[in-house]
Amino acid sequence: MSKAPAIRFQGRAAINGVALFDPLDLNIAAEKWTCLLGASGVGKTTILRLIAGLDSHTEFAGTITANDGLPLPPRLAYMAQDDLLLPWANLRDNVALGARLRGQGANWAVVDRLIASVGLTQHADKKPAQLSGGQRQRAALARTLAEDKPVILLDEPFSALDAKTRSEMQDLAAKLLAGKTVLLITHDPGEAARLAHAIAVITPAGLTWADVPAGTAPRAVDDTAVLAAQGALLKFLREGAKDAV
Amino acid sequence: MRFSHAILAALSILAVWQSVVWIAAPPPFILPDVPRVFAALWNNRALIGTHTVITLTEIALGLIFGGSFGIISAILLAQSSRARILVRPLLVFTQALPVFALAPILNLWMGFGMTPKVVMATLIIYFPITSAFFDGLMRTPVGYLDLAKTMQAKSGQILWRIRIPAALPSLASGFKLAAVYAPIGVVIGEWVGSANGLGYLMLLANGRAKIDLMFAAMLMLGVISVTLYLIADALARRQMR
Repeated sequence: MSKAPAIRFQGRAAINGVALFDPLDLNIAAEKWTCLLGASGVGKTTILRLIAGLDSHTEFAGTITANDGLPLPPRLAYMAQDDLLLPWANLRDNVALGARLRGQGANWAVVDRLIASVGLTQHADKKPAQLSGGQRQRAALARTLAEDKPVILLDEPFSALDAKTRSEMQDLAAKLLAGKTVLLITHDPGEAARLAHAIAVITPAGLTWADVPAGTAPRAVDDTAVLAAQGALLKFLREGAKDAV
Repeated sequence: MRFSHAILAALSILAVWQSVVWIAAPPPFILPDVPRVFAALWNNRALIGTHTVITLTEIALGLIFGGSFGIISAILLAQSSRARILVRPLLVFTQALPVFALAPILNLWMGFGMTPKVVMATLIIYFPITSAFFDGLMRTPVGYLDLAKTMQAKSGQILWRIRIPAALPSLASGFKLAAVYAPIGVVIGEWVGSANGLGYLMLLANGRAKIDLMFAAMLMLGVISVTLYLIADALARRQMR
């Protein structure tokens, strides 16, 4: 795996001529978790999709660059709110999907090690329908890790889980994705406060960098600094939205 | 539809049939009663058996050819937008032509043997298979395709590992339709010109006023169609799991 690059996103986006967000400048630090926090509909997912090279119907004017000057798309892995596990394939085949889609053979030793790292060894031969929501998202994390890419794009991957499962997923992801350049899109201030090294809040008024609580991520769920930061972020989101009305 | 449901439905139809005979009391050469038809079925079992084997073979070959051509066409259409522009209107046009109208021509070209019947069944099946499978191939969940794109997937691999498996339930519904249509194509072919098969046997029995034999042959056709449908349905269910 190559060293994880920093990413700079500069530009503005519109859909059918209507501005989605005004020009913004987002720096995603190398080997850190950057959380992009915002309410629904402010274009945070669009930013992630533009970086991933997935967006096709947005008119984007700007640049997306890595600080080492190399192209980004071959170096990133993507995980969404929907686990996107193929329902007809068992867990091992799902984790090995990327290599097979590239026409390479699967490295089963690595696949099994990653399944073990997310604690699903005894479910390795099951189909996704036989797993719980949390297990499925862990399987999706293993599939993301199997890509072995330095840049990870996470689009609200834990938002459909219950509170307990979500906090466990956050701990697991923080551990397994350490050292990679991670962009986490979330609408959950608590998630940003637990996991981020940097928090960018996006509101209709633009992009603002928020204070990050002290301590190393993943921070404890009941840490007072985390709870205070969570409150401050939520307040900011509400006021930012009010300003725009 | 479950097997037990099919049996229940068949018994209800037989019950209605027999009631009509009891109540309206039509002469046996208009509507024979159920026991008489089953007796005809039993007494002519060798004759009906031979013709059933012929018809069944024609249907099976039609399903194999129509299914294969349909699957290949759907994949080609899904992979190439040029093919879609050129072939799709053509496909609809061929279907707009009633297959019935083709039957005499096919017989003229291919004789009175099995070939024109198999071609009829192939033609009648081809469209529903192609159409259903193609729709399935074009409706791959977007999330899977996004994921595949971030994985730098090859398009052939996407087709093989994602789009085709995701479209199999649609292909199965195409085959369910085909299982019902195939016997229609074959029987039309046999009516137009043949010396074999259940369609031929029905015409022969009708001409000789052996109405009970005609009904017995029709009963066999019904059993074939329903059985084929049930098999296709069972395969579709297995696929869904």
